[in-house]
Amino acid sequence: MSSDNEVRYLSSHEWGRIDEDGILTVGISEHAQDLLGDIVFVELPDIGDMLEAEGESAIVESVKAASDVYSPLTGEVIEINEKLIDEPEIINNSPLEDGWFFKIKIDDDLQFKDLLTEEEYNDTCED
Amino acid sequence: MVDFHGWDMPINYGSQIEEHHAVREGCGIFDVSHMTILDFEGSESEIFIRKLIANDVRKLLENYSGLYSAMLNDKGYVIDDLIAYRMDKGFRLVVNCATRGEDLKWISARAKEYDVNMLERDDLSMVAIQGPQSPNVLKNFPAPIDFLKEKKRQQGIFQDDIFAAKTGYTGELGFEVILPNEKAIDLWNIAISEGAKPIGLAARDTLRLEAGMNLYGFEMDETISPFECNMGWTVCWQDDQRDFFGKESLIKQKESNDLKELVGIITDEKAILRQGQKIHLEKENHARGVVTSGSYSPSLKKPIALARLPKSESTSCFADIRGKRVKAIIGTPKFIKEGKLIFKEKV
Repeated sequence: MSSDNEVRYLSSHEWGRIDEDGILTVGISEHAQDLLGDIVFVELPDIGDMLEAEGESAIVESVKAASDVYSPLTGEVIEINEKLIDEPEIINNSPLEDGWFFKIKIDDDLQFKDLLTEEEYNDTCED
Repeated sequence: MVDFHGWDMPINYGSQIEEHHAVREGCGIFDVSHMTILDFEGSESEIFIRKLIANDVRKLLENYSGLYSAMLNDKGYVIDDLIAYRMDKGFRLVVNCATRGEDLKWISARAKEYDVNMLERDDLSMVAIQGPQSPNVLKNFPAPIDFLKEKKRQQGIFQDDIFAAKTGYTGELGFEVILPNEKAIDLWNIAISEGAKPIGLAARDTLRLEAGMNLYGFEMDETISPFECNMGWTVCWQDDQRDFFGKESLIKQKESNDLKELVGIITDEKAILRQGQKIHLEKENHARGVVTSGSYSPSLKKPIALARLPKSESTSCFADIRGKRVKAIIGTPKFIKEGKLIFKEKV
């Protein structure tokens, strides 16, 4: 999967990208995978789960630490990246493409613009 | 990089799991110069070391051979774990970095009564070379490390200011080399050019955990008996005339019934066992056990841990992982040796 569409972030290191109308793909940032180190387990939401903006949506566990993953926006889970269950290292190798976590159907594209731009997110990582 | 008791040390150079496999399958090199090296000389150095540590250096028949031991306080609890080597003029102890201050205080206070001189060797560096390919990595190093292949575990050699012993902290064939600071970089570069991979603290931890080797501050500290951290085998009782610090208390501990034991546990669940997680046994509701060190085993591809549990017949237990009860099987506090599974389930 590859996309040139704009990626936006939460300061808690998740990214979202609107690849199709009304559908947000979600994952964790390059910086997050680097902080976590080797990822060995991931717990994904179920299809049909309703997620809330900045609410808990998944758990990612590296050798170093377990970490909650928050959903950038509110929406219903319509697809999960099942490959990650057996090959969680995909997240380390390709956090923004093949390592996506899930897709949600969002009600409102407008809120996407409230998320951090790449530049704004990078600034938060430097602090 | 991370500050480790005043030393700048790398957690990982790249992927810690790849570093782990590099040691199990090939060869890894570790900068362990943070370890504290203490040399003891003087006419009573043997008498003193026999009193100081719970294992008995009289067992060391050859120079440059070493043994693993606990150093105990008067209550018979572990001040530190260490390796003691017999040297030409006395003994060399390699003790932990985290415990350096306490060790030096304890040892110097007790050395006063003996004709023994302790010298801290901060002019020396220490490099560990570990893995099945480790003998090949040093074949061009201008020192006798090559001869080590023929030696038994814990034996060593000393030539041209370079001390090397066949030992390590990974459960693999390997060497620890102690050499003058100015020679250490050469050794490092030669080993790397021969194919050794640099290994950081993170992989060092999963390697030692799989090998069932204790880490001070995790499996043991100054409130833990050697019998409760799988170090009972390192206490030497052969010479009943020998006194050592903590001996009387150990004899009392042996008679007590409430000693816990260090075991290995493995779970098939996808949740990592980590230090401090509470553990309760089958058929028990309250937790009386604890994970002392836990992680993901890159070799077994499962979460593993060392845990201190009450002695029981139970063959499985439950760990409390972020509010969830995770079942784990109980077995030996050792998982991997020389790349092979040695964990034995309790039956």
